[in-house]
Amino acid sequence: MEQIAGRPNALTDKEFHYCPGCTHGIVHRLVAEVIDELGVQEEAIGVAPVGCAVLAYEYFDVDMHEAAHGRAPAVATGVKRVHPDKVVFTYQGDGDFASIGTAESVHAASRGEEITAIFINNAIYGMTGGQMAPTTLEGQKTTTSPYGRDVDHAGHPIKMSEMLATLEGAAYVARVSVDSPKNIKKAKKAIKKAFEVQLAGEGFALVEVLSTCPTNWGLSPLEAIDWLQENMLPYYPLGEIKSKEEDK
Amino acid sequence: MAKIKFNQDKCKGCELCTTVCPKDIVVIDDEINTKGFHPATVSDEDECIACGFCASICPDVVIEIFK
Amino acid sequence: MSEKVLMKGNEAIAEAAIRANCKHFFGYPITPQNELPAYMARKLPKIDGGVFLQAESEVAAINMVYGAAGAGARVMTSSSSPGISLKAEGISYIAGAELPAVIVNIVRGGPGLGGIQPAQSDYFQATKGMAHGDFKLVVLAPSSVQEAVDLTMEAFDIADRYRNPVMVIGDGIIGQMMEPVEFKDIGADDLPEKDWITDGAKGREKNVINSLHLQPEDLEEHNWKLDRKYKEIKKNEVKYETENMEDAEIAIVAYGTTARIAKTAIKEARAEGIKVGLIRPITLFPFPEEVINQAADQVDSFLTVEMSTGQMVEDVRLAVNGKKPVEFYGRTGGMIPSPAEIVEQLKEVRG
Repeated sequence: MEQIAGRPNALTDKEFHYCPGCTHGIVHRLVAEVIDELGVQEEAIGVAPVGCAVLAYEYFDVDMHEAAHGRAPAVATGVKRVHPDKVVFTYQGDGDFASIGTAESVHAASRGEEITAIFINNAIYGMTGGQMAPTTLEGQKTTTSPYGRDVDHAGHPIKMSEMLATLEGAAYVARVSVDSPKNIKKAKKAIKKAFEVQLAGEGFALVEVLSTCPTNWGLSPLEAIDWLQENMLPYYPLGEIKSKEEDK
Repeated sequence: MAKIKFNQDKCKGCELCTTVCPKDIVVIDDEINTKGFHPATVSDEDECIACGFCASICPDVVIEIFK
Repeated sequence: MSEKVLMKGNEAIAEAAIRANCKHFFGYPITPQNELPAYMARKLPKIDGGVFLQAESEVAAINMVYGAAGAGARVMTSSSSPGISLKAEGISYIAGAELPAVIVNIVRGGPGLGGIQPAQSDYFQATKGMAHGDFKLVVLAPSSVQEAVDLTMEAFDIADRYRNPVMVIGDGIIGQMMEPVEFKDIGADDLPEKDWITDGAKGREKNVINSLHLQPEDLEEHNWKLDRKYKEIKKNEVKYETENMEDAEIAIVAYGTTARIAKTAIKEARAEGIKVGLIRPITLFPFPEEVINQAADQVDSFLTVEMSTGQMVEDVRLAVNGKKPVEFYGRTGGMIPSPAEIVEQLKEVRG
């Protein structure tokens, strides 16, 4: 019999510490499946963030480097500049990639750093207990926006993918979602492309993944999927925002 | 003919898999696993068409499918 | 042995790093160290595998160093005081993850934006309060361009031997001064193999570069392990110079640029009959406390001279441990003590 679903080789046997229904696990699996399919497990070096995915270094069965909050693209730059023939990726949340590490994200993209960034946007700080993220939606309640995000006071949620797509060095930018099998399939395709872009030496590749945080959204895992579909999808449109084919 | 296996002790009972099955055969078990969750299971394996939807949305890599 | 060449301190440090097989440099512009990255920018791209990269900030630069060090490269960054403050976070991670890296601080006056003239007011930062957590940098303080060259080359060996960041600390005078230098072949050949690096897990278990230890028992064990390493460094790596100490009744303790000025002052003071000698710490961590403590049995008093309001003087007092009075003379904010001022102080100390 042929196995069509299971644990990819690029994941360790360690069980994820994530809350029930948290979609980090889906994205971990997709990244690992892509590493397997491209046959780069022995060439890959991952850079883990600070946030819920801080322990990603325990889950990916590849060489891993744990970075300081927001600094993963700089750390990945250091790794890639030493080993330009290896496959270097970062795995970061919205606080990490789009708030404290904005400068590192923008400039790694601007330099066309040949790395792949996987950016998890779940519109909240998970690990610290549900504070407002740069991507928190207007009106969304968090522990630090208890009356809902007031855009006159806290500004508007940031669209990193659209912003980074304007940079010459960004070769591939896509926003995907892991709310349904259909979208998960598309997410994997984008992640694979983002690694292929790196392998081809085309420049910086980013995949923003819309994800859920049932615990800090105060919803059940199923309700969280609905909330993502009803609230995040309209503000954060899915699709390839920049790719070589589209430029043609 | 497909074979589907739930590694129930790793399941956190999030129920995401139960909503995506086109055959409605992925359900929550009455039993409790070692983590204290009601894990997902399959009610009628013979009906499984190995579409892989349940495994694709599972955040904990609980499900293995063969065909 | 190569012949002597006339070089500016900042450029000589850069060349020394390249001679020590450092092929990766990440930095961000700040005065008064700009000749160092500019030299790297000219030279490294011409070397096979060499990379000079101007980062978007000091914060990014030190994290590129963190990545490159983890990936196994000999790597350097340089900056000046306010920039080092920004790098402090990354240096803590590098120390926590036990990675070798060399950081150059060409110190300028502070606090805040301070000024751009030479100072020694980052002594506390370098030796004690660099950043969060239980860790130490090895701190090397050259007092000539030649010594800056030798210590920079050795810094890479020390960093590799102990898997710890090493700081070469100078000031604008050392950085800007031109002196003839010789690049000696002094690299160690007994350094441990780097089997922990992230270069792709080919035919081996994966490697992880990390400073996170969520279990307090683990973190405590890690911190004691670091502490044992620092004790080993204290045992093996203390460096200092003494001059005119044989019959000295007063000992000046000074490092770097200030020690050079003190040497001139000592000549003048001795001509006036003041028996004064110099103890010059070359390593600020590990601090040469033993030689200072022993000198306390001989001299009547100490005079610590610094370009700060008094930082190293605290370590001198700890080393002297109350045996003799320890006086202090300092200029700060970019002002430089003159030999005549130091002689005046010596007269006061003598009473």
